[in-house]
Amino acid sequence: MSVSSIPSAQEIVRFAPEIALSLGGTFVMLGEAGLKNGSRARLAVMAFLTLLAAAVLAVFVAADPGTAFSNLLVVDGFSTFFRVLVCAAGMLVVLISTNYLRVEGHDSGEYYALILFSVAGQCLMAASNELIMLFIGLECSSIASYVLAGYLRDDRRNNEAALKYFLLGSFASAFFLYGVAWLWGALGTTNLSEVRRLLLDPSAGVDATMTAAAAALLLVGLAFKVSAAPFQMWAPDVYQGAPAPVAAFLSVGPKAAAFAMFLRILMTAFVPARGQWEPVLWTVALATMVIGNFAALHQTNVKRLLAYSSIAHAGYILVALTAMSDTGAAAAMFYLAAYTFMNIGAFAVVTYVAGRGERHVELMDFSGLSRRSPAMAAVLSIFLLSLTGVPLTAGFFGKFYIFKAALDADLVWLAVLGLLNSAVAAYYYLRIIVMMYMHEPSAGAGALPSPGVGIRWALAASVAGTFVLGVAPSLVLDFATASAPLLR
Amino acid sequence: MPDLAQLLAAEVPLSWYLILSVILFVIGAAGFLIRRNIITVFMCIELMLNAVNLSFIAFSHKLKMVDGHIYSFFVMVVAAAEAAVGLAIILTVFKNRETLEIDEVSSLKL
Repeated sequence: MSVSSIPSAQEIVRFAPEIALSLGGTFVMLGEAGLKNGSRARLAVMAFLTLLAAAVLAVFVAADPGTAFSNLLVVDGFSTFFRVLVCAAGMLVVLISTNYLRVEGHDSGEYYALILFSVAGQCLMAASNELIMLFIGLECSSIASYVLAGYLRDDRRNNEAALKYFLLGSFASAFFLYGVAWLWGALGTTNLSEVRRLLLDPSAGVDATMTAAAAALLLVGLAFKVSAAPFQMWAPDVYQGAPAPVAAFLSVGPKAAAFAMFLRILMTAFVPARGQWEPVLWTVALATMVIGNFAALHQTNVKRLLAYSSIAHAGYILVALTAMSDTGAAAAMFYLAAYTFMNIGAFAVVTYVAGRGERHVELMDFSGLSRRSPAMAAVLSIFLLSLTGVPLTAGFFGKFYIFKAALDADLVWLAVLGLLNSAVAAYYYLRIIVMMYMHEPSAGAGALPSPGVGIRWALAASVAGTFVLGVAPSLVLDFATASAPLLR
Repeated sequence: MPDLAQLLAAEVPLSWYLILSVILFVIGAAGFLIRRNIITVFMCIELMLNAVNLSFIAFSHKLKMVDGHIYSFFVMVVAAAEAAVGLAIILTVFKNRETLEIDEVSSLKL
């Protein structure tokens, strides 16, 4: 590995989205100190524009793909896809948050700064081609998320969510890092392309036991981060306890980035060892789907229900990963894009209905929503139908491509069990829709205030995304299919 | 009289360091799962990170590569950042509940 002491201008340009996000976050924090109370709304606008700029920069630098900083970073279609995706998720969350923070009386700049730093870490995770760099990105994203989960620091639920997220998140990071250490000890490199080369080379004399132990430790860390079984238990508590917009963020941004990392480690480094990975991933994928779906069946808290549903969706994406093929990777990428829109949309409606202090997050609070707020009931139904996988919505094609990839890879049983699982999922999604349309509003449920501008735009964008991906999936899928083979 | 560093390098095989690192990591992981005090649980995570550092340094010696030393610095920096945020979170929990027993911080439905 040749090391030049001064990075070239080209390398710095390839790192531009992360630079923009870090600078934007710093300025938002300075603005918080400098601005008067009344002009806090400007900080949200600034955060939104920074995320937009980062997404545009990510697209712009993709015109000149290649590596940077001695192969630590790689700009290719895959990293561009996830950089844009996490920036888009960040923008939607900023839109949802503006009104929420004002209602809760905690409107301040550091919230937006933390989102920007977290997204910067996620962009780094998407673009790293080296395990230590991936770890740094993961920690940038996680540490900011720990704080966000406990953002309302006088709220006991927030405290608890932050504590659990922090303890289990750092526990998982330690496992991941121990895996990195052992892999480095066994192979003498942490570069993923090098790892692949050494695993393919029979004359390299790779210690199979040490590599397998390292891979197992890496898998434990990654499974925690994507909330896969048997390491899913933190997700329900964290999503239920964290502020609703933050739960929306956690269920999408860090998860998409963790899957980007998972895909890159799997597809770039460990494809030569697919024989050992496949049975493990098969079991994890099935267990994640089953636990997520069956636990969601009897939830009464909507945030907790969506948390279990997000575990189940992680299971579907793991089905695509189990295929360990280019079509599988493309299907996972498409699914994550679809999931971003529908899940943030669903959480946006929950944020709106929950009201001040998040008192209305039980399933009962959604009964008769169609009378109290027909528009909100309609959009929530769209997102729930998409999460179920009904045709014409993004969720349908997401599931279709995943199960198709599984069938192409001869994982017939996994595909069949996955389909049965999505039938189970229909029950709890449709139950909410039935509650909203068939039941009377509960006594004492007053009229809802009109939604803020931010939530309206976020919902419009999510509905548009859900339908566009459901009607013209090739827009995203073609790009994903073209960039998946670049992982090699 | 030989230098202690040389003596250690000559007499202590790599496997001893690795075994020590595994023991440290397992103590950390077991402590994380068993101990009920939040601060102790947090210290167990730090123990796991130290096990990682030890193995990085030991491998660095075996492979005759300086990378492991640099990685261990990265780990320390991240551990410090984590400690700052973690202790702040633990403080807010203590302020609101006046307890550091992990079983008493479970108002969310399990």
